[in-house]
Order: sequence, then structure tokens, then C-alpha cells
Amino acid sequence: MLIPRLALRSLRSRLLTTSLTVASIALSVTLLVGIENVRAGVRESFAGTIRGTDLIVGARGGSLQVLLSSVFGIGSPAGSVKMSTFDRWKAHAAVKWAVPYSLGDSHRGFRVVGTTPEFFARYRFRQNSPVTLASGKVFSAATEVVIGHDVAERLQYVVGTRMIVTHGLRDIGTSSHEAYPFVVVGVLARTFTPIDRSVYVTLQGIEAMHEGFEKPLVATAAPSQAPPMVMPGAAPPSGAPMVMPGAEPPPAPVPAPVRAEPAHDHGDDQITSFFVGTRNRFEALLLQREMNTDLVEPLTAVIPGVALGELWQNIGGAEVGLRVIAIFAVAIGLTGMLVSLYSSLEARRREMAIFRAVGAGPRTIVSLLVLESGLLALLGCVVGVALVYAGLAAGQAPIEERFGLHLAIRGLGATEWTYLAVVFGAGIVIGFVPALKAYRTSLVDGLSPRA
Amino acid sequence: MTSDAAGTPAVELSNLRFAYRSGRDVLHIEHLAIARGETVFLHGPSGSGKTTLLGLLAGVLQATSGSVKVLGADFGTLSSGARDAFRARHLGYVFQMFNLIPYLPVRENILLPIRLDAGRRARLGAQSLDAAVHEIASQLDIGALLDAPINELSVGQQQRVAAARALIGAPEVVIADEPTSALDTDRREQFLQLLFASCKKAQATLVFVSHDHTLMPLFSRTVSLAELNRVADPRSADARRSA
Repeated sequence: MLIPRLALRSLRSRLLTTSLTVASIALSVTLLVGIENVRAGVRESFAGTIRGTDLIVGARGGSLQVLLSSVFGIGSPAGSVKMSTFDRWKAHAAVKWAVPYSLGDSHRGFRVVGTTPEFFARYRFRQNSPVTLASGKVFSAATEVVIGHDVAERLQYVVGTRMIVTHGLRDIGTSSHEAYPFVVVGVLARTFTPIDRSVYVTLQGIEAMHEGFEKPLVATAAPSQAPPMVMPGAAPPSGAPMVMPGAEPPPAPVPAPVRAEPAHDHGDDQITSFFVGTRNRFEALLLQREMNTDLVEPLTAVIPGVALGELWQNIGGAEVGLRVIAIFAVAIGLTGMLVSLYSSLEARRREMAIFRAVGAGPRTIVSLLVLESGLLALLGCVVGVALVYAGLAAGQAPIEERFGLHLAIRGLGATEWTYLAVVFGAGIVIGFVPALKAYRTSLVDGLSPRA
Repeated sequence: MTSDAAGTPAVELSNLRFAYRSGRDVLHIEHLAIARGETVFLHGPSGSGKTTLLGLLAGVLQATSGSVKVLGADFGTLSSGARDAFRARHLGYVFQMFNLIPYLPVRENILLPIRLDAGRRARLGAQSLDAAVHEIASQLDIGALLDAPINELSVGQQQRVAAARALIGAPEVVIADEPTSALDTDRREQFLQLLFASCKKAQATLVFVSHDHTLMPLFSRTVSLAELNRVADPRSADARRSA
């Protein structure tokens, strides 16, 4: 009991150094654990973009292309799928439900999606949350529109607002689906997924937009407008440039931003892709293979979870960088502790001699110093973790509001515990450096430390 | 432990040699015996090996050859851990200055040897720690300072606290390494009187190192290390170390 008491008193007597050392370790632990938390949050939120759908089926193409175009609204689909193909698969014994999904138009920068009311009932996100309406109702007529949270917020649309939907990624203009009057009937609650940035209409609505609009468009880019983001290496077979929608919509409708895009071809009976739920999730793999080898129409069926995982592998590289930075931060924190312990040793040689004189062995001195560094590391870990949770508690709502990233407040995971154990262990190991130095010094000094 | 055997000298050195580096003896003493209860004034010019000798007597340093026996215990046969325990139990040590652990209050500083060694605690018998501290502190006139932080004490008070720590639990041997050199003349005498009285009460043998020859008459015996040490010029070896 003597040594712990001595260690505590010793640390307390050097309160400023102790606090600074603890603070430096705590901050590095905060960074390490915080980054791990954010990383897990981002990954979870990413993986939670779509749930409950077993397969997404599009025209033959890369699986990422199918996923990106139909879930994230990034890029263009490789082609289209015939409605008859959709109907055929919908009748498949293994299929519980299937929802058509037709992309390609935009309203002031937001993607317009043609689908059926069933889409809202089937789509799940995050843990298993359904898409709900914040106000209004789901569309039932061809002129009715349901909009996502961001669309409503950005464009100040409410239920009852009349709107115009353009063909292709353009805004109002001579060649728009002129004056086709759509009316907002529903606004969806926020989901923090691409749904928030989408405009939903019926399939009939999409068709109605295109009636008689198969003429080529005269495209002129507004000079102030940034060039559209082009996804390299993923050009669709038609050769049309792939444009990233969902980019910041212009704040005002005039001047009308115009993006170059050749007229695309909407067959009356064509959709972009369809979402499938199977009767038995284990059948998804079999069904996927069956669809991928469809002899009538070349299809690509994607299991969203698998494709999301693949995508994460590609874009998740940044997390390694973050982790490396955090590990360096911890190394710096621990080095700070080593420096402060080591530099205090010179001043403590007299103390060590006194301990020797009253009968303490070198082992007592080593234990004392190692215990001190262990306590510093432990305190640093505790304070660091406390800071993470305090930060989460305080930042959760603003971060969700600002970045659409939901950071769950959860217990420490295996990774975090490993980090903490490593920091604590490193603290103890580092404590041995000054302790062994003190041990040697105390042996050489005996009872008369030389000034 | 043979320490209780009556008649064994408190300290007995024979053919003692000590070198910090092999081949360079700083200390060579053929024979020195100090009887129990003696108060010995050990003097010698600086560099004559006084501090080294005290390190050997305390069991912190180990003789290169020859033997160091304290209370009959041959340090050459004891492990360093056993010597540490022996020191905690049977010895009190007072430094020239800076005797105290700065982050412990007076009371805890005095109790350090008791806390470190159960045997030293046992020497208090049925007496409570608190009573023991109060007794020794009032003997040394620091009874009012027990809860004071170290940095509020004068040098004289600090030395008395150090003496209290050396004497608590009545160790057989008290070693004092120029404990009065930081004190002015008045306080020097006051300190010595208190130290002598306490040693007498504890029946402790006192080995007192100093080069203040005016103190010599107060002791029962005087030992000149310069005469005792056979190494011609230990300073050359010792000075290098202290440089």
C-alpha cells in the first residue's frame, strides 16, 4: 500500500506536470478512439444506406455502376431494362416483391426517380428504418410528386407546390418538359441517405414527361457554371457523358444552368433498374446468378450489402490514413510522458537516495516510477475516453444535422479496448525507461547523489 | 539475525577494501570496531572516503573484499535485498540536508522506515504509530509540525524531522552524515543535544561524520578516517566520481 500512496502523492505534488502529461495522453487517446468512432459511424451509415433489399437489378454493367446509379444517384446506368423483363422476374417464385426504379431526369439538380408507391414501403435504411412521410401522402396520380427532405428544404417546397420537371439533368428552358405541371403531394422525413436528395414521381409521370420530347437538345453551358463532374472509366455504352447529379443545385432558377447531355432514349416500357426482395434471403444468391445469366436480356443483379462492402473497400482507404495519424498522435503523447518523467528524474535523485537510506530497495524505486507512469497512462486513457463520449454527446445532434452522419453512442468496441490496452501497456513500458535509469543511478549514487 | 546478541560490536570492519572501479581502491581499513552505545565522531578531509564508508555501513555499497559486520550481521553474506531490509530495520540515517521526501508531510516522512519494514514497525511494540510519531517528534521539538508541508519548514526543523525519522522505532545504529553543516552555530548545538538525548534514550550507537572539530569533545570517541584509511590518496579516485 505504501508504493501506490507514494505514487499518488508524488503525482499530486507535481500537479501541473501531471495534468499536462495526462492531457497530452488524453488528447491522443481522444483522437484515436474518436477517429475509430467516426470511422465506425461513417461505415455504418454508409452500409445503412439501403437495407431490406436483397437484389438491385440493372442492365448489364459493373455491379458498382448499378449500385451507384440506383442507390446513390451517382453516374448513369449502363442501360435500361425492359418493363417486360421486370414483370417476368417479379413473377419469379423466389421473388417476394419487386419495385421498378427509373432514373435520368432532374429537377434543379435533384434526381427525379420514377417508381411505384411500393418503393416507400419496401425501402429500408440504417438499422431497419422505413421511409416515412413528414407531411402529405404518397403519390397516386401521374402528376403527383413526393420529394426528399433536402429537396424540400433547399427549394422551399411544401405540399401543394407546383413544379416543372426537366428532361435530362437540366433546369427549365425551351426544351424542358415544358409546363408539365407536377404538384408536390408528399415530403419525406429525413433519412440521411440519397433519398433526401431525390424527387419521386410515378412511372406514368416519367413517361408523361417524355411524350413528344425525343428531339435533340441544344445544349449550351452557362459560363459561370462549374463543369459537370465526370466519372472516368465508366462511360455508358451510349457514349453519353456520365454526370454526377446531386451536385449543389443553384440557389435561383435564373440564370438557368444548363448541362450538356444528349437526348436519351426513354422507351415507353423501359426502366433503369428494379429492387427485389426475396421470399428467403438465402435464395438471393441463386436468384442473382439466375438473373445474371438471363438469356432474354443481359442483366446485372447486385446484392447491395456486398456491393457496398466492395465500394467501401475502394473509398475506405482514407481511414487507414486517419488511423496512422491517430497512432502517431498517441506516440507523441507517450513520448511527451517519457520526456516529462525522464526530465523529472534528475530532480528526484535526492528523493531516490532518501528512499534508499530508509531501507527501500531499488525494486521499490522502480515500482514507484513505473506505477507513476502507469497511472499517468491510465488517467490519460480514462480522460480521453470521457472526452470522446462528452464530444459525442455534445456533437451528435449538430453532426447529424450538418453532415447527415449519425454517430451512435455505444460502448467501447474490441478495437477501442485494444487501443486503450496498447496505450496503457506502452505507458508502463515507457515508465521502465526512467525507472531503470533511476535504479542504476541509485546504485551508483548510493546515499550521496552528486549534485 | 544475530543483532540482539549482547557483546557483538555495533560495527566491525576487517580488512575492508572498496573500489568503485576495480584496481583503484578508495578505501582500505584494516580494522575498526565500534561498541554498542558509543557515540563516534568520524572526521577526515573531504575526499578521504567518509561518504563511501557510510555507504558501506548502511549496506548500500558492498565491500570489494574484507568484511563489514553491523550488529554481527556480515553484509558480505547478505543479498542486496536483505541489506535493504536490514537497513530499514536496524539503521537510521541522517543526511547533510534535503533529507525529506518533498511530497509527504512531516508525519509521513517520519513514518517512512516504519511503513517500509514490518520489523521496524514491530519494534514499536504495542505503541500506535501516532503515539510513536508524537513521542519522537516532541523529543525533537517538532511536535507541532507533524502535518506541515515540508517546504514550510526551516532547515533546522527539517534536520530534526530527519533525526526523528532516523530514530523512530529505536534502531540500534544511527548514521549521520554532516547533519549540522547546514545549521548555524546556535541551532547546531540545539540539534546535537536533541540528537544525543534521543540516541541515549533509544540506546543507539551514533556514527557522526563531520569536519567541524569543535564538536569533537561532545563524543565518546573520535576516529580519523585519514589515519584509518590505508589508501594513500583516495581523493584521486573519489574526486573523479564526484566530478
